[in-house]
Amino acid sequence: MVASEISKIGKSLNMFPLTSQSFINCLIQEGYKFFTGVPCSLLSGLIYELEGQEEARYIPAVREDAAVGLCTGAYLSGTMPVLLMQNSGLGYSLNAFTSLNLIYNIPILVIMSWRGKDGKDAPEHIIMGDIDKKLLQTARMEYSLLNKENYAEVLKKAKKKIYEEKLPYTLIVEKGLFDERH
Amino acid sequence: MKGTEAFQELLPLIKDDEPVVHANGFICRESFALKDREANFYMIGSMGLASSIGLGVALCKPEKKVIIFDGDGNVLMALGTLAMIAGEAPKNLIHVVIDNEVYESTGNQRSLSSKVQLENVAKSSGYKNTIRVEKKDEIKLAFLKLKELPGPNFLLIKVKPCFDPSTGRVTHTPEEITKRFMQAIG
Ligand SMILES: Cc1ncc(C[n+]2csc(CCOP(=O)(O)OP(=O)(O)O)c2C)c(N)n1
Ligand SMILES: [Mg+2]
Repeated sequence: MVASEISKIGKSLNMFPLTSQSFINCLIQEGYKFFTGVPCSLLSGLIYELEGQEEARYIPAVREDAAVGLCTGAYLSGTMPVLLMQNSGLGYSLNAFTSLNLIYNIPILVIMSWRGKDGKDAPEHIIMGDIDKKLLQTARMEYSLLNKENYAEVLKKAKKKIYEEKLPYTLIVEKGLFDERH
Repeated sequence: MKGTEAFQELLPLIKDDEPVVHANGFICRESFALKDREANFYMIGSMGLASSIGLGVALCKPEKKVIIFDGDGNVLMALGTLAMIAGEAPKNLIHVVIDNEVYESTGNQRSLSSKVQLENVAKSSGYKNTIRVEKKDEIKLAFLKLKELPGPNFLLIKVKPCFDPSTGRVTHTPEEITKRFMQAIG
């Protein structure tokens, strides 16, 4: 991708109030058309918005590593993929990232929920909530903490990583950022 | 039948621009040594993911016949992906399993496929057509039939574990594999 095209990225990113709907619409406008993952309640609003979309599809994956495989197939076919997962799925998908995406230069936009933040969550989330960012750093995978103010900037950064370096980029989503649908 | 013989039968039946996603280990090496193709995706790590990668390609390239060359150990590691394939049901996907009933690449340790019939797992998951072949001269007819019929389709080929260790390794770098595969399938 040439510099002039990169500078165009974010045209559709004029600041808007961040909701599940506006965020999904923005991702689709930005060219992400293939979504898959394993649900997390923190991401349930986003997944709800994906159902019934005409321009993009959401494929329910059985596991996060299989979702990485799906995203890889989509990218190889010229469709930019997004993976939605809970941070517990990082454990399942780490080998896929290290032995596939990071060495084959196959990018994915990863949207990962942060369960176990500050040790305040159900017991099964506490350890991963503490080490998930360290795991990403150890694997040399870049990420940003998404919030209501920084999403335009963060999406630009992600797109640069994805199009220029052809590497995955992770957006971390805390509880309360998006609505939950039960 | 040897694994090599199965590939010798299959490879001439595949057109140049048809994407083929390979499972890791000997599957990659056999196929590469016999006939390297631009539209081959050689997966060197990420055991179990050839099937989900193939599904992703099949969904995004509905106009192309997409072929997965898988191994029994790889399929067993990702049985859930059979459900994903059956659930999404791409008509253009053909899943071929070279079943030697062992993890041959790591020294012939037994797998479960001598006891679990993978073609039945595929069938009950919802694959449209499944065929099991044990003889070399049955491969051509079965594969061409499965290429013709709307999928997702499954071909299980029982082979003996007798890989020749002098068979070369894939010489392309992972980055090169990505680039040429993307160009070849357009
Ligand atoms: C996650 C993971 N576990 C183990 C391995 C080691 N390994 C590489 S190839 C292979 C065997 C694959 O078995 P199968 O799909 O039956 O193919 P075959 O070797 O029999 O041709 C194994 C266990 C690996 N690469 N990745
Ligand atoms: Mg085997």
